[in-house]
Amino acid sequence: MKKILYSSIAATALSAGGALADGKITVITSFPDSMTGPIEAAFEAAHPEFDLEVLNKKTSAGVKYIQEIAGKNTADIFWASAPDAFEVLKSSDLLAGVEIKSEGIPERIGAYPLNDPDGKYFGFAGAGYGIMWNERYLKANDLEPATEWEQLAQAKYHGHVGMSAPSRSGTTHLTVETLLQGEGWDKGWAQWKRIAGNFSTVTERSFGVPDGVNTGNFGLGIVIDFFGFSSKASGFPVDFAYPTVTALVPANVAVVNNAPNEAGAVAFIEYLLTPEGQSVLLDPAIMRLPINPATYENAPEGFPNPFEDSTIGATVEFDVEKSGARYNLVNSMFDVMITYRLADLRAAVGAIQAAEAAHVDSGNEEAKALITEAWALIDANPIDEAKSLDPEFAGVFTKKRKKATDEVEARQAEVEQEWDATVVANYAKAKELADKAAAM
Amino acid sequence: MSKTPSPAARASAGLADRLPRWLVPNLTGVHLVAIFIALLLIGLLLVPVAQVMIVAFQDPATGAATLQNFVDFFRTSLFRESFWNSFYVSAMSVVVATAIALPLAYITTRFHFSGSILIQSLGFIPLIMPPFVGAVAMQLIFGRNGTVNLLLRDWFGFDIPFMEGLNGVILVQSIHYFPFILINLSASLRNIDRSMEEAAQNLGSHGLRLFRRIVFPLAMPGYIAGAALVFIKVFDDLGTPLLLNVNNMLAPQAFLRISSIGISDPMGYVISVILVVFSVMSLWASFLFMRGKEYATVQKGGGGMAKRSLKPAEKVLAYGAVIFILLLVLSPHIGLLLLSFGTIWSFAPLPDGYTLQNYVTMWEGSKTFIMNTVLYAGIAATLDVIIGTAIAYIVLRTQIFGRKGLDYLATAALAVPGVVLGIGYLRTFHAIDVPFTDKPMASWWVIIALALMIRRLPYALRACTAALQQVSHALEEAAESLGATKRRSIQKIVIPLMTGGILAGFVTSFATAAVELSATIMLVSSNNDAPLAYGIYLFMQTPSGRGAGAALGIVAVIVVAIGTIASQIIIERDKKLKSSGDAH
Repeated sequence: MKKILYSSIAATALSAGGALADGKITVITSFPDSMTGPIEAAFEAAHPEFDLEVLNKKTSAGVKYIQEIAGKNTADIFWASAPDAFEVLKSSDLLAGVEIKSEGIPERIGAYPLNDPDGKYFGFAGAGYGIMWNERYLKANDLEPATEWEQLAQAKYHGHVGMSAPSRSGTTHLTVETLLQGEGWDKGWAQWKRIAGNFSTVTERSFGVPDGVNTGNFGLGIVIDFFGFSSKASGFPVDFAYPTVTALVPANVAVVNNAPNEAGAVAFIEYLLTPEGQSVLLDPAIMRLPINPATYENAPEGFPNPFEDSTIGATVEFDVEKSGARYNLVNSMFDVMITYRLADLRAAVGAIQAAEAAHVDSGNEEAKALITEAWALIDANPIDEAKSLDPEFAGVFTKKRKKATDEVEARQAEVEQEWDATVVANYAKAKELADKAAAM
Repeated sequence: MSKTPSPAARASAGLADRLPRWLVPNLTGVHLVAIFIALLLIGLLLVPVAQVMIVAFQDPATGAATLQNFVDFFRTSLFRESFWNSFYVSAMSVVVATAIALPLAYITTRFHFSGSILIQSLGFIPLIMPPFVGAVAMQLIFGRNGTVNLLLRDWFGFDIPFMEGLNGVILVQSIHYFPFILINLSASLRNIDRSMEEAAQNLGSHGLRLFRRIVFPLAMPGYIAGAALVFIKVFDDLGTPLLLNVNNMLAPQAFLRISSIGISDPMGYVISVILVVFSVMSLWASFLFMRGKEYATVQKGGGGMAKRSLKPAEKVLAYGAVIFILLLVLSPHIGLLLLSFGTIWSFAPLPDGYTLQNYVTMWEGSKTFIMNTVLYAGIAATLDVIIGTAIAYIVLRTQIFGRKGLDYLATAALAVPGVVLGIGYLRTFHAIDVPFTDKPMASWWVIIALALMIRRLPYALRACTAALQQVSHALEEAAESLGATKRRSIQKIVIPLMTGGILAGFVTSFATAAVELSATIMLVSSNNDAPLAYGIYLFMQTPSGRGAGAALGIVAVIVVAIGTIASQIIIERDKKLKSSGDAH
């Protein structure tokens, strides 16, 4: 046993000596190999002095990893979609402020500012949220593709829709928050719950949604655009559309504080913003929206260009501060009302849809009143927008004490249990009313 | 055993004899081994886990010590429901896994049945598929729009919700973990003393009654060991419920809460503590059940139950049952195989076309993954059986103070979710440098092997304990009364008699370590150090990479299957040698 240990120590010492060459840049990313691979190859061809070491982790795991290793940091770059993940790192002072030189990059994509105002992270590609569907599945179930959010709430899509949870996937969080900001807090939540009533499943990873649509496990999925484009490019019988209410947001890259190779990290980010770096984004397996308008000249037919087609992502002016203030609270609300109570919600919404179908033109006013009442129970929100933005209340969900003397009043578990009880009672009552109406 | 030091120990005492007794504690080799193992377990399991779990006992607002979080847990209806769901799924999985394993084990050990080795090996294969890959393949076959349901709907106009909610978890878990019962039960059945059975037959017992009253009770140690493993593994398994998107169970709740961005809700940690406590309690219950019963058989050479030939009608029935079960348990592999050769597979019973391209893509990028896996799992499994045998011996054959504690501690690793262990390792080892380099220990690949070793130690330990339980104490006493030292009797009597169990432990540890993902995903610090399961995970994250990921999964299955079949052959040869020796 000792021999094994000694020889392994010797072996690592040797390999470590080789691996710690000057040009190594360690990148923590949530992007898949099919995306990082071509970019890595292009970058290393352009800058042979550097060696990009890519480490793939889910966004949340990546954030956790950087937080855990902060005491003795070994990572140079954090590279992921969700601006919120960068906000979390920035707020715990784990991102370095660096100067990046670039040319021809606009200030905004859609209505969204490309770069962090404090210069801690930088957009390098755009992405929008939309609906992806499986052609074969829809045909077999005799359905039309839905292209607007409110269509997804229609009774005919019951049990055919899939989505990830915002607490699991940073990109999904943006989708949820975009609708809340675009439609207003109460109307937005009501719409989410009515859509969720049609859910087949809430997937654990954001990739679970395109995967489910690709395999035909469910017919329609709420996804970020490149999942749709790259699935289609890989040959799956799927397609994608942007609804009117959507936001284009940048995918970002940042230098980690105390990076072992800060110069290399800056060189990599600068390369990403060059015309060559941007054109790699049009690789069929990547398919992200370049942020350099000139790059679109080489884009394939039918590829959306947000810098010309002003209808994409222009409706919602995404408010990052508002989103950041209630980040965990929105996640928790979604989980309590939808993820963990999906079966109850689906049963209730299904019952109401059945009651509505039974009374389309029956003219039974009493039944109609019951149905309205039932919808009101589904739509009911445990808290209003003002409370969601109350820093003291939202603080219950972050629990990051700035000082040892900071006191947070209520406990998250307590608040969630209260919501859960209300939600479960509401859904049960709504189902009861709907069943009563249907029987009339 | 330390009451009377052996002659050798006394001869070498010398100086120690003349010093006051308390200054030189009377430590034998076994004591030293016990202390070494205890330190190892404390350093690699207790300390890292404590680093994470302490959060459960802290007031999130003030950081003061509190039990309030546990009160919150039991007050929350979602958590109570999750607890019940976890319990229900675990219990049902044991039932279904038993239904799968019992016929296979019985038919292959009881009758002359051609291909017994093959069945025993094939039956083992489900264990060596990463659970998340298994779930992907099972969705393709049994899912809402999988092969079976699409065909059923086309032909008969109905479908069966195999994979809906908790059903799906139970199905996938039973298929994945039933080999634990199969292996342990088969080993026990093989070790049953034939004379017991013959005595019963002489007294007129036969058929089901013989099985119910004599054979099954004698095989109890193996069955209970296997069933307890299945129960606990299912109770805190994370990957399967997560991939099937079932959230209302304890382990997923813990994981979702610990790993969400920015959330530092203590509930995830509370659930981890509860998982650990509950699992330790289940193990304790299984120990209680076994206590006070004598299962050892004196005649090791008995060669297991008397084998008999099947009548033609029975043969048809037996082959039918075996083929049906094998088809069921191998369905994930069939699905994976189709996926790896398929082009596009979407809402159709079978892929649209077939290609070799996936294997080409896979081969270009995954040679390191395969090498790393063999290295890590090999180190982990070797250490596991060494430590497992030592602990089993200490627990069953010595009176060392705290020996049960060693067993519990090693077994508690079962109850630690991989993610918790991963985070704990990062916290504990990040500040320590690897000797002679300036790299932090947490990003050193040996840490991954050690994490795997700790994660898989309970499997090896159960197998070794069950094996040792069946070695009669009288055999050692006989050797010792003929003048053999303790060390010699362990070397020449105990370990050879345990070979089958130790090998089973090695294979279980190796195979499951080879496909482990949850702890390694936290610890991998560079793709060059990544094992195979991580490689499959990477491939499976992209629409174009599913086929290549499946191809890598097939490679994993083949690599481990070769190992398994080889060890089965060794066991069989070993058994034949023994029984031929017995005949002379």
